Amino acid sequence: MTEPILSLSGIRADIAQYHILHGVDLVIPRGELTVLLGRNGAGKSTTLRTIMGLTTVTDGNVRYRDTDITGWPTPRIARSGIAFVPESMGIFGLLTVRENLILAAVNGPMDEARLDWIFALFPPLKTFWNRPAGNLSGGQKQMLAIARAVIEPRELLLVDEPTKGLAPAIINDLADAFEQLKSQQVSILLVEQNFNFSRRLGQSVAVMSDGAIVHAGSMAELADNADLQHELLGLALGAHQ
Amino acid sequence: MPLAHRLRHLHTDQPHLFLLALMMILALLSINPLTWLVLTISGVAMGAMLFLMASGMTLTFGLMGVLNLAHGAFISLGAFAGATVMTFWMADTAEHADLLVNLLAIVPAMLFAMVVAGMVGLVFEHLVIKPVYGDHLKQILVTVGGSIILMQLIEVVWGANDMPVPRPESLQGAFIVSDAVPLIGGIALEKFRLVAVVLGLAVYGLMLWIIDRTRIGILIRAGVESREMVEIQGYRIHWLFLGVFVAGSALAGLGGTMWGMYQEILSPHMGDEMMISVIVVIILGGLGSIRGCFYGAVLVGLINLYVGFLEPRLAAVATVGLMVGVLMWRPQGLIPVIKV
Amino acid sequence: MMNQLLSGDAPRSGILTAVLLLIVISLAFGPFLFPGTRAFSTLGTICVFIIVVSAYDLMLGYTHIVSFAHTMFFGIGAYGIAMATDGMGNSFGAIASGLAGALILSLVLSLLLGLLSLRVRAIFFALVTLAVAFAFLSVVTQLYNLTGGEDGLRVRVPRELGPAFRPFDQPLPGFSVTRLITALVSDPGNPLQAFKGAIYEFRFTGRELMYYVVFFLSAGIFLFLLRLVNSPFGRVLQAIRENEFRAEALGYRTVYYRTAVVILSALLATVAGATFALINRYVNPENTLNFELMVFILLMSVIGGMGTLYGAVVGVALFTLAQNYLQDLLRWVGGYTEGIPLLAQLTGPDRWLLWFGLLFVLSVYFFPTGIVGQFRLWAGRRRRPT
Repeated sequence: MTEPILSLSGIRADIAQYHILHGVDLVIPRGELTVLLGRNGAGKSTTLRTIMGLTTVTDGNVRYRDTDITGWPTPRIARSGIAFVPESMGIFGLLTVRENLILAAVNGPMDEARLDWIFALFPPLKTFWNRPAGNLSGGQKQMLAIARAVIEPRELLLVDEPTKGLAPAIINDLADAFEQLKSQQVSILLVEQNFNFSRRLGQSVAVMSDGAIVHAGSMAELADNADLQHELLGLALGAHQ
Repeated sequence: MPLAHRLRHLHTDQPHLFLLALMMILALLSINPLTWLVLTISGVAMGAMLFLMASGMTLTFGLMGVLNLAHGAFISLGAFAGATVMTFWMADTAEHADLLVNLLAIVPAMLFAMVVAGMVGLVFEHLVIKPVYGDHLKQILVTVGGSIILMQLIEVVWGANDMPVPRPESLQGAFIVSDAVPLIGGIALEKFRLVAVVLGLAVYGLMLWIIDRTRIGILIRAGVESREMVEIQGYRIHWLFLGVFVAGSALAGLGGTMWGMYQEILSPHMGDEMMISVIVVIILGGLGSIRGCFYGAVLVGLINLYVGFLEPRLAAVATVGLMVGVLMWRPQGLIPVIKV
Repeated sequence: MMNQLLSGDAPRSGILTAVLLLIVISLAFGPFLFPGTRAFSTLGTICVFIIVVSAYDLMLGYTHIVSFAHTMFFGIGAYGIAMATDGMGNSFGAIASGLAGALILSLVLSLLLGLLSLRVRAIFFALVTLAVAFAFLSVVTQLYNLTGGEDGLRVRVPRELGPAFRPFDQPLPGFSVTRLITALVSDPGNPLQAFKGAIYEFRFTGRELMYYVVFFLSAGIFLFLLRLVNSPFGRVLQAIRENEFRAEALGYRTVYYRTAVVILSALLATVAGATFALINRYVNPENTLNFELMVFILLMSVIGGMGTLYGAVVGVALFTLAQNYLQDLLRWVGGYTEGIPLLAQLTGPDRWLLWFGLLFVLSVYFFPTGIVGQFRLWAGRRRRPT
């Protein structure tokens, strides 16, 4: 395994009076796409939010590259090169597509070449460039959300359920986009329920249950082992189109 | 879209323009046209000053959900700070009859008021508001308490009595439109009101430009939608908020100076009295909306002048009635930007 | 018996019990313990405002509804009495019809406010009530042929409630606590003399009678509210306060409860306003409708302790004493700071509100449960030492 870009050790986190994470240990290899699987309520989204500093860590630490970023404020974590696409996508609906991207380019004006690359990945963004983002369709919003995350080179992408509620054709477009990002050596942590989508993209995989990691390994291994899938995820391969 | 169709849908598409047009037409039907014109210009002038006073409060609420009930104290503070420059420091220039010389007193007075209100706003945000983010009840309580303290401190510095403010020589009196001009010949327009309109429009234009065109403006609009996403993008929302709060306080101070010159007399509690109009303005416009704030201010200014002319005793009731009516019609205000 | 009277909601703190007893005894025997018109008006104000503030606490403390229209209802009660006696003469019939009219007006207005709160978000409600109360103030000020405008109205009370009425032939004996303490402090060697000097005589007139009417009314309303908040109704209110969404999900129509609280609180404020008019015998916008008065009610409620009702009693007593006597204290401090430029300004007798405002902000930060909450916290700690 390559050297990790991010590692969580013994992370505990509470939301209000509820203990959500009970000691999460997770290693994200550099330059790979890692899929985080698990049932609803297992703590996947909270894990991503905790990495971003949006949930307070009560115990354990988060290491990014060679730095302990536990307890850093969210903006500082973002500026250190981690982009986060939440499940709700967090599009600014009253802002235009262009304004959404202007904000996402934290370090100044957008790079033209990179913008052209994004337009090639997601043509609708060019079409609706000056329209309010709130008027985009669900799939287009997801495109914008991912475009925002990569408008500047980032080292690590955290993406929460990008395929949720999207049409198969659009899911395909997203998969192509992730392939391209992988080829650029961007490390990605993807939370997914869609196993086919995950299997196509993922190199390594981790499975969460009840606020802890219950399995970690390579995607190939999990994809070939129907019993393990059944045990960890309670589903048979292909049941989740 | 054909004009008739657009007009028919005006009340849903552009409720602020619809209401404005409705009010002006109703007033025109009941008031003699020349008087109506003077009242309208005066109403817009009052609206312009109200807009200066209210814009900071609406943005503060929109961005952070902070309801600053001490905003009125900043209006008083600005009024006193500005008046101090006018009366004590630059008495000679302010009394001079030449506009340019007067400006030597007016501009520093306004700047000084903005600086004082802005600085106090900085301290106030840090000491009073920051510890109670996210707790509406406590915000209401501490900002009411903070308002008492600020008003008391104003009394400590400037005394508890009313203070007369000389209006600069060149802004006294009125322009008389020459009788030769058709239709509006012979009407008198108070100079100061014209200045207020120009200044109010200039600030409104500047704010719209900042909000619509600049990166800071995009950031403010984004923050009104979602604080968390702004942080996820790598921006410290608190600094943004602090900037908006200080700017809003400074604008309240500017509005206070203008209002003081307009009234020609100040009391430490003038801010509290203005707060009612300010609150009506920001509710009318929709909390967090700059455009809404502007139209709300003009509507309040106009209804005050129109109703004040027809039946002076009912001006305040009409203002509040307008607010209640609009709330019944559109609970989020005329141009809503936040949904909670 | 006592427990039943307090609806099982005892003060639960030794110091608090002592403070409350002190307040109740001072109020119950007020005219017999504190001579002078200033003390008399302070006592009356405290009784009236215990009604006002505990009714306000029902909204603010128990339901977390922030309303700035409480003084409007207080003013309606006061002006109802003043205008009725002004127009119909000083009869009990005038008082009854004035009160009835005021209650009806308050009922209608509070119902409208309650309905409006359905249309708008909670935070709007505070602002809307502020604006409505202001509009009402402006109407009262403008309609001077009815209300006397800024000058206000004198209230002509029935003879039985005025100074001319003497139910007892002889003056009654009193024992001045204030004189006793002053004498003991200034001349500690002579306690007997101090005791003798403290005895005084006073005439029990209709004014004292009116005072006792207010006192018993205030006590009755307080005990009624205590019962109410400890009833199932009160528990629903607290559930709404903690989590309105959950209370709704449990099947409570929170709308009805909130509206009921707004109306009840308004009606009680109206009653308080009516008694204020009768005991103060002078009503103007400043002493009934002003925004500053509203802020004072808020201060009393918060400093005493929101959501405890006992906090209303403590808050009112403390605030009223501060309002009337803190100026004396500051005058005394001012004797020492005179000549020091800024300090002299800050400690001037008119600056009592500055210090109270500071105390208020600090108490919101550090003692969010107010004086009563703090007393109970201490008592709880002593009982369960950690």
